[in-house]
Amino acid sequence: MALLEVCDLSVVFNRRGQRPMRAVDGVSFTVDAGEVIGLVGESGCGKSVTSLAIMGLLPKRGVQVGGKAVFDGTDLLQLDNRTMRDVRGRDIAMIFQDPLSSLNPVVPIGVQVTEVLTRHRGMKGETAAKHAAELLDRVGIPDPRRRLKEYPHQLSGGMRQRALIAMAVACQPRLLIADEPTTALDVTIQAQILELLKDLVRDSGTALIMITHDLGVVAGMCDMINVLYAGRVVETARRRPLFAAPHHPYTVGLLGSIPRLDADRGQPLTPIRGSVRDVLPWSDGCAFAPRCDHRTDACVGQPPDLVPTHDGRHHRCVNPVGLTNAEPPAEAEDPAVTSGAAMPKQRGKEEA
Amino acid sequence: MKLVTPGRKAEKIDRLAELAAADEAGRSLWQETFARLRRNPTAIVGAVIVGLFLLLSIIAPLLAPYSPTAQTWREETSVAQGIFPGPRAENWLGVDALGRDFFSRLVIGARQTLLVGVVATLLGFTVGALLGAISGAAAGLGGRVGRWVDNTLMRLTDMLLALPSLLLAVSVAALLGRSLLTVMIAVGVVQIPIFARLLRGSMIAQSNSDYVLAAQAIGVPRWRIAVSHVVPNSLGPVIVQATLTLATAIIEAAALSFLGLGNPDPSTPEWGVMLADAQAYLDVRPEWAFYPAAGIVITALGFTLLGEALREALDPKLRK
Repeated sequence: MALLEVCDLSVVFNRRGQRPMRAVDGVSFTVDAGEVIGLVGESGCGKSVTSLAIMGLLPKRGVQVGGKAVFDGTDLLQLDNRTMRDVRGRDIAMIFQDPLSSLNPVVPIGVQVTEVLTRHRGMKGETAAKHAAELLDRVGIPDPRRRLKEYPHQLSGGMRQRALIAMAVACQPRLLIADEPTTALDVTIQAQILELLKDLVRDSGTALIMITHDLGVVAGMCDMINVLYAGRVVETARRRPLFAAPHHPYTVGLLGSIPRLDADRGQPLTPIRGSVRDVLPWSDGCAFAPRCDHRTDACVGQPPDLVPTHDGRHHRCVNPVGLTNAEPPAEAEDPAVTSGAAMPKQRGKEEA
Repeated sequence: MKLVTPGRKAEKIDRLAELAAADEAGRSLWQETFARLRRNPTAIVGAVIVGLFLLLSIIAPLLAPYSPTAQTWREETSVAQGIFPGPRAENWLGVDALGRDFFSRLVIGARQTLLVGVVATLLGFTVGALLGAISGAAAGLGGRVGRWVDNTLMRLTDMLLALPSLLLAVSVAALLGRSLLTVMIAVGVVQIPIFARLLRGSMIAQSNSDYVLAAQAIGVPRWRIAVSHVVPNSLGPVIVQATLTLATAIIEAAALSFLGLGNPDPSTPEWGVMLADAQAYLDVRPEWAFYPAAGIVITALGFTLLGEALREALDPKLRK
């Protein structure tokens, strides 16, 4: 059985005087122990809300959470606050986007790291401090003893994110959710942090959910990738097939909008037309239809289902790219497909 | 402009490096605030005034040449004829209507003023901050029950806030009878809703921040988040308010004394009482009103300057 099985998860925000907003609309995915999966999509597609719903950190008022999130046999969404607090930090931990604002500015790093140890492992005083120093050392912070006494503003951005990661892995959780862990960092630090996360996951067998809008991050790390759009999964595939031959026009668009090293200079990027504001509610048909280049008449009216193809891939499109009636994916007719195929070359050098 | 010689340049760089190193070594938010305060001339002026006032209150018995209550020069004064000895060698500021040394009374009076100001502010701060912390924690992190607690407490403070502060203080003083303690309570009670509102608002704002979410994500219980994460981050504006309140408290205590609701004990001089007493002799001896009034104004100014500077030093938006 999978470690985490998210089944038909939905999150609805009820807004006063407005129609309720379905931020997450029937999202399902599974994570196995030691697996790295990616939730990818642009702002507002429901990535972060999904992770907060799993953690039970959404506000109670005005929010309806439906579906199931079964972690190791128990449905997290049914747990009461007290039990859920025991799960958080011990079994499931989370790394946030902005390391500066996620650390308390007036409390030394050491106190914040030991807080987890005290809470879940009953460590106190010198034992906790020693363990905290080991943790900081493990995430690559030099001179950990001194750093424990320092305040967040005295650390660099990369250090802060390392400290947050140290807090997250302190109790050796079985599942780690990283919500855009590298967005606030510059590119070299990004690479270091991703490398660190990869090492931690490989060494401890922790499952990792990477939430990101950066396909480059996904390309280097994830085994399985879920592409989200307007609160629904529009495509699911393993990493290589997804980059080699994306089926959903939205995935094609995402890949096409990334600059490439082997492209001619001066060649403009291909953006996805329109913006997330143009999203249709799924009940009226495909939410991506207004921005889609592959739109047909069939796209409007009936919402498309998530259909399985070969290799355990799924897509939610009536007119998928490079797929005509369950044929194997055509190789490189569409320019966007070729551009996607080059992605793993840039990022995932060390792959076998 | 002349070029800097290599030697001096190196010296300069060394000094910069030294400064940078000093900056590195574990400085907390408060240490940094203090460092910023030290560079602010307003803060220094305020601190000097406050410091002198504190010093004056502490060493007042040593400074005062005579007892503030002894009517030593009773024979030389005549209320009916308006004859009061003016400033002279033995009485630096003259003699008051009852034949007491004015300077001694002024100096000793500083203690009473400080005592009332500090105790009243402490009272307002403690009760207000406690209410505010409960309310803020309940509203920010407490869910449905929390909102109910918050609403109840805040409507109570709103009732206090709705009354004009001096009117409220007068009512409390009149209700409890005249005594030194009454003045302190009356002036302190007025400050409670202000502190409560301030801390609550600040805590609610902090409750929405990422580090609270991060603390929740590692399973820290809500009361612990409130105590160890939210409160320390919310205290800044409250401490500024406390400094500013000291000034208000001193003025209000003086006002209560002036209105005859202050400490009824004539043996302990107080600036507000002295001001009230001076009313009757305003045409003959206007300086009797001037000296205590100046004392009140300067002290209040000192606390206000210090408070404003503290506000600036703590406000992240004003940091360079």
